[in-house]
Amino acid sequence: MTVEIKSEQNIEQAVSDAIERHGNQREELIPILTDVNRTLGFLPAEALEKIGARLRVPRSQLFSVASFYQMLSTKPRGTHVIKFCESAPCHVVGGRQVWEALQESLQLKNGETSQDGKWTLETVSCLGVCAVGPVIVIDDDIYGNLDPKQISEILARYE
Amino acid sequence: MKPVRSMVLVSSDPQSISHGAEEVYLLMQQEIKKFGLDSEISLSMVGDVGRHDVSPLVIVYPEAVLYGPVKPQDVHHLVEEHLFKGRIATELQAPARELTGKIAWLNARKGTMPAEQRVVLERAGVIDPESLEDFIVHDGYQALGKALTTMTPTNVIDEIERAGLRGRGGAGFPTGLKWRFVQKALGEPKYVVCNADESEPGTFKDRLILEGDPFSILESMTIAAYAVGASEGYIYIRGEYGLAQERLKNAIRQAREMGFLGENIFDSGFNFDIQIHAGAGAYICGEETALIESIEGKRGEPRARPPYPPTHGLWGKPTLVNNVETLANVAPIIRQGAAWYRGFGTPSSPGTKVYTVLGNVNVTGVIEVPMGITLREVIAIYARGMKNGSNFKLAQTGGSSGSIIPSVLQDTPMDFDSFSKAGVSLGSGALLICSEDTCVVDLARVLLNFFRNESCGKCNPCRIGTQRSFEIMTNVAEGTGTLQDLNDLSYLAENLYQMSNCGLGQTAGSPQRDVLTYFRAEVEAHIRLKVCPTGVCRMSGERIGLSSN
Repeated sequence: MTVEIKSEQNIEQAVSDAIERHGNQREELIPILTDVNRTLGFLPAEALEKIGARLRVPRSQLFSVASFYQMLSTKPRGTHVIKFCESAPCHVVGGRQVWEALQESLQLKNGETSQDGKWTLETVSCLGVCAVGPVIVIDDDIYGNLDPKQISEILARYE
Repeated sequence: MKPVRSMVLVSSDPQSISHGAEEVYLLMQQEIKKFGLDSEISLSMVGDVGRHDVSPLVIVYPEAVLYGPVKPQDVHHLVEEHLFKGRIATELQAPARELTGKIAWLNARKGTMPAEQRVVLERAGVIDPESLEDFIVHDGYQALGKALTTMTPTNVIDEIERAGLRGRGGAGFPTGLKWRFVQKALGEPKYVVCNADESEPGTFKDRLILEGDPFSILESMTIAAYAVGASEGYIYIRGEYGLAQERLKNAIRQAREMGFLGENIFDSGFNFDIQIHAGAGAYICGEETALIESIEGKRGEPRARPPYPPTHGLWGKPTLVNNVETLANVAPIIRQGAAWYRGFGTPSSPGTKVYTVLGNVNVTGVIEVPMGITLREVIAIYARGMKNGSNFKLAQTGGSSGSIIPSVLQDTPMDFDSFSKAGVSLGSGALLICSEDTCVVDLARVLLNFFRNESCGKCNPCRIGTQRSFEIMTNVAEGTGTLQDLNDLSYLAENLYQMSNCGLGQTAGSPQRDVLTYFRAEVEAHIRLKVCPTGVCRMSGERIGLSSN
């Protein structure tokens, strides 16, 4: 894996920025974790340690919160994260074929990150744009009404 | 079902049959053919549509004209006038009657085109959602002004109770009653929480309300806070809804600047402010106690109840939690009165309902219609028929915790009481409409996969029950299921319902329960014949893996 190892300094910066934005109250834990996750791509153990020290929350509790929410990741992820909706509304309008095309194109299974660190592929429960299923989200871009044939063309847009 | 120009329904309850409904139906069929209209008009016998005083009834859509009592000798005239020439045969119309019974919504429309009735989404798409001025021009903040300057908190709650508003999050709990609990609860401060963690698969109505009319939620929350005596408000919004979050932040900032939030609102001495709390991707946080835990910065695991949030909610204080759509009804009710509101919907479920229409239909999207409309109408009129001329097989309501509605229930009015009498649930407002190409085993498996993933794992019945149900359903889909498996699925469904701590587990058994109730033969074909009748399941006997697809 060539995923960039986050430097001590980057982590410190991301944690400080997030705490400055939200304050160091316990109730702000989830917004802080969300911000750090967004900046760093995931939540490295060092980041959790620093947040715990600043908010006076034990690491066990921090990890339990960080591992609970689907948008937070404690493992490194690829440069581009592809979220595929596997719920019923997307499934009945051809979701399975899109999912197979995605796995085929990327040679990845659910939850895996590619060797070059470019892609992470994961399934999610619902993306809230159900009228245009099947739906995938790549980073912040939403693609709806998908046809398996479109997959390779869409993936090619990401360098 | 192909898109048709008109849809004609003939009532077929015992009363109608005894008054000659079958003969009317057969004559209608002949007359429609005689005029060469059979390709553009659909004709069906439907069950009991009420109004026994004028049965048999003939209802013609999209005009929603009610004819009755229709006698065989009237049929030729009716077809010629209405269906061939396009004129309503007024002399055959059923006399209008008070709003009662199952077809109250029909009267509420006054026989006009069944255009949408927009209460909640009235301003969405009409105003600039980032402009407080635009909101005010479109009657915004009139309701709050009226409440704060002319009504006591108890008056406000009385009005909401009189309107008969019921929670739109899925359970249908009377809103006024909930408010009264919080108003009477002891403890300071009190909180008002808007539940915008809309994560039911297939549901995105709240997102459209928040994106299209964010100020209306602030206004309604402020009215609610005044009624229950709260001073602080939270909007818990799901993390995926970026645009809605931005719009809300902007709305809160503008409302504060103009004095609609903060201290001494409308010079009434009443103080209230709202903050946004974004979720981070967890379906269970839509459960109100899990949502409260999440606002407090913890894992979103539901609390043991009682005590309930109205007495012990956020930080142990009295807390009102209402869904976005429920709140969006509040300001219109206060502004225009309970009597106006009761003009929509059915007596037991007044008002409108926002539905998201999805699946194998020609037009998908969001509609707001009076409570009590039927699935058949939604499909024929709003969704413009089934895709590629396929036939309707079932609908799945209210995201994953809704029910599977077989086609025999497509004439049941969609309101809380009619659905609960039929043993199904309205859920959160998603209508996933499936054609005959959908396999019920495959569908149930996808729904169970969702519950298995989203169970928070706190209580055993749900954590183990959802996983085990999914595994068994997977066996059936692979062609390795046994008849004993079906007994096990029923047993698990019952245990999930009886023993789970919160609503997620309690409803997680509904997919297997519903498919075994309505589609048992199709499920058994997977086991006895090793055949998937729709050809969806791969039946290879090989493991297809523990992913939904």
